Amino acid sequence: MDPLSEFIRGITRDNPTFGLVLGLCPTLAVTTSVENAIGMAAGTAFVLVCSNMLVSSLRKQIPSTVRLPIFIIIIATFVSIVDMIMEAYSPSMYAALGVFIPLIVVNCIIIGRAEAYANKNNVFYSFIDGLGTSTGFLLVLMLIGGIRELLGTGQIVTFGYTLVNLPINPSITTMILPPGAFLTIGALMAIVNYQKEKKMAKGG
Amino acid sequence: MAEDALFSIFMDGIFIKNFLLIQFLGLCSFVGVTKDVKSAAGMSGAVVFVMAMASTVSYMIYTYILVPTNMQFLDLISFIVVIAALVQLVEFVVRKNIPSLYRSLGIYLPLITTNCAVLGAVLLNENAGYNFIQSVVFGIAAGLGYTIVMLMMSGIRERSTFVNVPSAIRGLPQAFFIALMLSMAFVNYFWVIPI
Repeated sequence: MDPLSEFIRGITRDNPTFGLVLGLCPTLAVTTSVENAIGMAAGTAFVLVCSNMLVSSLRKQIPSTVRLPIFIIIIATFVSIVDMIMEAYSPSMYAALGVFIPLIVVNCIIIGRAEAYANKNNVFYSFIDGLGTSTGFLLVLMLIGGIRELLGTGQIVTFGYTLVNLPINPSITTMILPPGAFLTIGALMAIVNYQKEKKMAKGG
Repeated sequence: MAEDALFSIFMDGIFIKNFLLIQFLGLCSFVGVTKDVKSAAGMSGAVVFVMAMASTVSYMIYTYILVPTNMQFLDLISFIVVIAALVQLVEFVVRKNIPSLYRSLGIYLPLITTNCAVLGAVLLNENAGYNFIQSVVFGIAAGLGYTIVMLMMSGIRERSTFVNVPSAIRGLPQAFFIALMLSMAFVNYFWVIPI
C-alpha cells in the first residue's frame, strides 16, 4: 500500500460520484458554474480531510456500537467551522452555495469514508485518502460545472477571469436550470459505463 | 418573506421549491429506493413524518433554547441530533408494526438521518425566518412534494424495467434521464405560479 496509489484510487476507482455514487445532492445542485463548484469542493475537502484524520486518530477509543453518532458530531463540528469561515470571508460565495454548506454534514461521502476507511487505517493514510477523494470530487464538480456553464452561458468565468469564451453563444438556458444537471450527469455516467463495458469485453 | 400566506408557502414547498427536482435534496433515496412503487411509498411516508416532526421540534429548540442562551452557532449540531433521535423512533415503530416494509426499506430507513431533505427542510425554515405554523406547513408541504415525485419516478421506473435500452444506459443513467424529463415539467412551475 503506497501513498501515491491510495491518492489516485480516490480519483479513479473510488471516485465519489462515478465509482461510489455518493454525495449526489451537492454534485447536481451547486454545479451551475465552475466557480461555485470549486467553492463547494474546497469546503467539502476541508471537512473530509479533517474528519478523516480525527476519526482515524480516535479509532481505538471510539466504541463500535456508538461510532456513527460520534462520526456525525465530529463532522458537524468541522462543518460549523467551514460555515462560519465562509460566511465571514467570502459572503458572495456563501450566498451562492446557500443551504448546501451546512448540508455538507449529511454528505454521504464524508461519513462513508469515515466508516469505510478512516476507522480502519492510520492517520497518515486517512489523510491521503481524504485528499484523494476530495480531488476526485473537485474534478467531477468542475467537469459538470464547466459543461453546464459553457452550454448555458457560452463562456466560463472564474473569479473574474474569462477562461473560455465561445464565438457563438449557444445559450441553452436549460443547462443552468435543474434539468441540465440531470442531463449532464446522466450522459457522463452513460459514457463511464460504456467505457467500463468496453474494458471488460476486451480484458475479461 | 416571513409574512407569506400559508397557502403560498404550502404550494412553494410542493412545487416551486420541490425538494427532489428543483433543489436536489434527498437524491440518494430518489435513485436508490424508486425501483418499485411500494417501497417508494413507504419511504415517502417515513420522510413526511420525520420532516414534519423535525420542523416542529427544531423550531422549538432553536427559539426557546438556542436563542435565549445565545448559542445559535450550535444549531447544526442540535438539529442533526434531533433528526437522528426521530429516525430511531420511526425505525422502532415500523419494525414492530410493518415488518415487511421494514425489510424492503433496508438500509434506507436509518439513512434518513443523513438524508439531506430532512435537514434541508429544517435549515430552509431557519433561513426564511418562518414562524412556528409556517415552519410546520413548509415541513409538511416539502414532504408531500417529495412523495409526489417519488411516486411518479417509481411508477415510471417500474414500467420501464423491460424497455430495451443500450446496456450502458441501463440503471442509473436511465434513472437520471427520467428525472430530467420530470424536472423539465417542474421547472415550468416557475412561470405558471407567480412567486
